[in-house]
Amino acid sequence: MAQPNDRMYSRTHEWVLLAGGEATVGITQYAQEQLGDVVFVELPAPGKKVEKGAALGNIESVKAVSEVFAPVSGEVTATNGDLESRPELVNQEPYGGGWLVRLSVAPGAADGLMDAAAYEKFLAEEGAH
Amino acid sequence: MSETRTLREREGLIFERSSAGRVGYQLPPLEVPAADPAATVPAGLLRGEIADLPEVSEVDVVRHFTRLSKWNYSVDEGLYPLGSCTMKYNPRINEEIVRLSGLAQLHPLQPEEQVQGALAVMWELEQALLAVTGMARVTLQPAAGAHGELTGMLMIRKALLARGERRRKVLIPDSAHGTNPASAVFAGFETVEIASTPRGTLDLGALARHLDGGDVAALMVTVPNTLGVFEPEIVEAAAMLHSKGAFLYMDGANLNAFVGIALPGKMGADALHINLHKTFSTPHGGGGPGAGPVAVSPALAPYLPVPTVERTGDRYALSYDRPATIGKVRGFYGNFAMLVRALAYIRSLGGDGLRSMAEGAVLNANYLRARLAGDYHLPYDGPSLHEVVFDDSIQAAAGVKNIDIAKRLLDYGFHPPTMSFPLIVHGALMIEPTESEGIDELDAFVAAMRAIARESREEPELVKGAPYSTPVQRLDEVRAARQPVLRWRRPAD
Repeated sequence: MAQPNDRMYSRTHEWVLLAGGEATVGITQYAQEQLGDVVFVELPAPGKKVEKGAALGNIESVKAVSEVFAPVSGEVTATNGDLESRPELVNQEPYGGGWLVRLSVAPGAADGLMDAAAYEKFLAEEGAH
Repeated sequence: MSETRTLREREGLIFERSSAGRVGYQLPPLEVPAADPAATVPAGLLRGEIADLPEVSEVDVVRHFTRLSKWNYSVDEGLYPLGSCTMKYNPRINEEIVRLSGLAQLHPLQPEEQVQGALAVMWELEQALLAVTGMARVTLQPAAGAHGELTGMLMIRKALLARGERRRKVLIPDSAHGTNPASAVFAGFETVEIASTPRGTLDLGALARHLDGGDVAALMVTVPNTLGVFEPEIVEAAAMLHSKGAFLYMDGANLNAFVGIALPGKMGADALHINLHKTFSTPHGGGGPGAGPVAVSPALAPYLPVPTVERTGDRYALSYDRPATIGKVRGFYGNFAMLVRALAYIRSLGGDGLRSMAEGAVLNANYLRARLAGDYHLPYDGPSLHEVVFDDSIQAAAGVKNIDIAKRLLDYGFHPPTMSFPLIVHGALMIEPTESEGIDELDAFVAAMRAIARESREEPELVKGAPYSTPVQRLDEVRAARQPVLRWRRPAD
């Protein structure tokens, strides 16, 4: 499946969409497929500072609880409240309504992440399909 | 509900059997004057109406719960191959010993001179656990494996603080039990995941890089790991950690694979929890509370929880004289009755018997591995010990997933293996038969697994629709998790 071209991707299967000084973060189509049906999402409180690569929150599926890692450093400005009652949005709309958090970030925060084409190639190399 | 449904199908909840005015017990007349609750209980604790409890007779209660108990599956019924959980048989001798009145009727507040036998049991158990681990001391207090992990990590934190160091990071391989990161975080650390090597073992290169980065308090590692694979470089890993002032926390959940054969103390472990309800046969999985004693190296001994049991001549005493202790981690002295059972098991097997137990556990797992390897895919094919991890990739071609295989096993009368763990194996089926099983039971399980492999090729829809023979059929686990019904409510009239 093609990944949206408007955003960047991490090796731990998170995406980040930059708009001005704000970054929206979610998990990829591949990540949600691997997790299976999501039943609970735990996210940090607004105001929390996170470092790139550190745990951002947890996603619980019927199989397991998995950590989500921050693809960029920043301060949490908002979380997706819809996920409290509808965690399945992470499965249904991973690139849209299933977004997780918004972070205020410094310029160049997404440097070093992969674009859609590079992420596709990464998935292929990982043996994913 | 249709009248033609069997009793089993319309079991329902005890609340639904309630009939107004029906009673199962008559209270004797009061022997004291009745008191008005409003005059004796604080207003905030008084409830305005009587709780909507079921009104049922004694026979209603007995039959309801007896029927429910028959829906259950236990290790007394057959193979329970739940990988990583070590669902071994609980020998009846343990139960006979723990019911001796001198042990069963003790009170934890009795004075020491009246409970010398109980203290001797605890002391002897510690000595036995020291003998099979090669460590310096043991605390018997923790009530479960994860509680043992937390206790061990708190001791490591205190040892670091005693050196004036506030190290934050705990390294954990990606094959770890989920309790490891949870315990580390609970003890105030941050966790850093280390990717395993292609063989599924600890990556010393990654360990070195993280250690060079500084701030590492400890490595938490399970030996053998959750793939059942022994960590061949554990001694080197311990030396690397120690040279940087970090500690080795060894998760002893899989101690049953090498007890009586190798010593964690010789491998360099600083703390090791021992699941008495796994390796040492105490009841498990709803059958009783756990017990997770922690064995420590000399470096951590000063921080052990108090009290410890000390022996002077032939007298035993509880000692609180440990100035650097992390304090108490459990009420009284831990789950004492489990300590008694574990000691009964150790004494009835003896040292040679414990070794045979570990060898039997490894032999049984490898027997299943060899018999099933053609039918199920082995994602890691190096030598394994007490458990074997297959995945569902052969069956996935026909759309059959690990959960379908697990559900179908119920129709063949077996408890399923652990699923979707360890996390590094997609579609995992983790099988641990334990040493309790004879070849007949193992062969029956092999026959069932092979039949399911055949069905997955020839009639995949049959497997995907399982189970068919159980009181309730395929449950909607997703809906149950997303919209849990946590209490009964009386239907509107």
